[in-house]
Amino acid sequence: MNSEWSWEIFSDAFPFIVKGVGVTFGLTVASFLFALIFGFVWLFLRRFPFKTISWVFTWIMEFIRSTPPLVQLFFLYFGWPSVPYVGATLSPITCAIVGLGLHFSTYISEVYRSGIDSVDNGQWEAARALNFSTPQKWTKIILPQALPPMVPMLGNYLIIMFKEIPLAATIGTVGMLRLAQDYGDQHWAYLEPLTIVALLFLVLSYPSSLLIRWLEKKLNHKFDKKHASASL
Amino acid sequence: MDNITEIIPILLKGLKITIIVLIGSAILSYLIAFISGLCSLSNNVILRKFTGFYIEIFRGTSLIVQLFWLYYALPILFKIDLGSDLLAGIIAIALNYGAYMSEVVRGSILSVSKGQTEAGIALNMTRAQRMRLIILPQAVRMMLPEFGNYLIQMLKATSLVSLIGLSDMLYYGNLYRSTHIAQASTVYLLILIAYFILALPLIWLVRKMESFSKKGVASE
Repeated sequence: MNSEWSWEIFSDAFPFIVKGVGVTFGLTVASFLFALIFGFVWLFLRRFPFKTISWVFTWIMEFIRSTPPLVQLFFLYFGWPSVPYVGATLSPITCAIVGLGLHFSTYISEVYRSGIDSVDNGQWEAARALNFSTPQKWTKIILPQALPPMVPMLGNYLIIMFKEIPLAATIGTVGMLRLAQDYGDQHWAYLEPLTIVALLFLVLSYPSSLLIRWLEKKLNHKFDKKHASASL
Repeated sequence: MDNITEIIPILLKGLKITIIVLIGSAILSYLIAFISGLCSLSNNVILRKFTGFYIEIFRGTSLIVQLFWLYYALPILFKIDLGSDLLAGIIAIALNYGAYMSEVVRGSILSVSKGQTEAGIALNMTRAQRMRLIILPQAVRMMLPEFGNYLIQMLKATSLVSLIGLSDMLYYGNLYRSTHIAQASTVYLLILIAYFILALPLIWLVRKMESFSKKGVASE
């Protein structure tokens, strides 16, 4: 293995690894969408009218959330084909989207929950007092107030997921990390390719996290103003 | 079902490494969190900028990339041979979560009510005394639930060390799977259950801390 930093390898590996940005981005978006949808499903399952069933789903959620996503990916990729009755071979891409999407859907579901809980009780009562139907209540009163504070939280999870996507390289999705490893295997130099991956992640995630912080500040400001005028 | 009794002892061989990595990285990361959290509140601009740089670097990249980077790059760039992969794994996890938790430390210290600082000034305490006797005891309480949550995150992160060749539970699981592909689902399900059993007391602890943390704290 090389024992010195080499700019030649750096510039040689760069175009090779940049090709993986698209896959990493695509996987991030796909598994984020999966998590957004499934987060919604959890919300319903946990509010299931039967106590026992909602309790079971609460624990399934807890199980998914507190076990390593890496092992979950391995379970889907290597283990799923040998699951009785429903087992099937899944492609690495499917595993990544379903595995990471499912893992983060449990977090996203909490975001939804906290957003809905943050709507003041009086608003629910007002909806009832005005004899709003359930769809009206949600679209006209609850969601318009619950959604804006969720946006920065969801944005944060999008960035977190972006950084977790390289886990899928272990089962063979050809994102940035996998390409860097391939380059390393071919040229017997891991330092430069891995540094490139780290730099790319930093360059891509830092501006978006700044954007989210700005959004958060702006929203806080807005809500502070509301409180101020309400107390006047 | 015989497989289960066959697989469990194999996985248990890796339990030791999983727990060592968890405890090692937890202690180190709390230490880093406190140091960098306090540094980011320091009056010294250079110290503040440097800490900010560290935090942004480690929060802006993936843990898995950091782990590989430390594993491959540290010996080359800085001629530091950590001597063991175990240490590389612990340090990578600790640096990553230390960066996240330093924000928890900073946020909690800042959220202690201004009146407390003013009371300290009125009592003619020095800055260090105020921090040690008034602010920190209250701030630490507020940090506890988040610290617990990050401990669960670190437990999950320990599974990554198998990728740099440490023989934790996942490593033994992969080894077994490579020869018994038909039992792959059982192997990984058992590993997941093992992690869940390890996480259960932590989940319980977080819930305890949530109720404990709000007591006796003056926050805005």
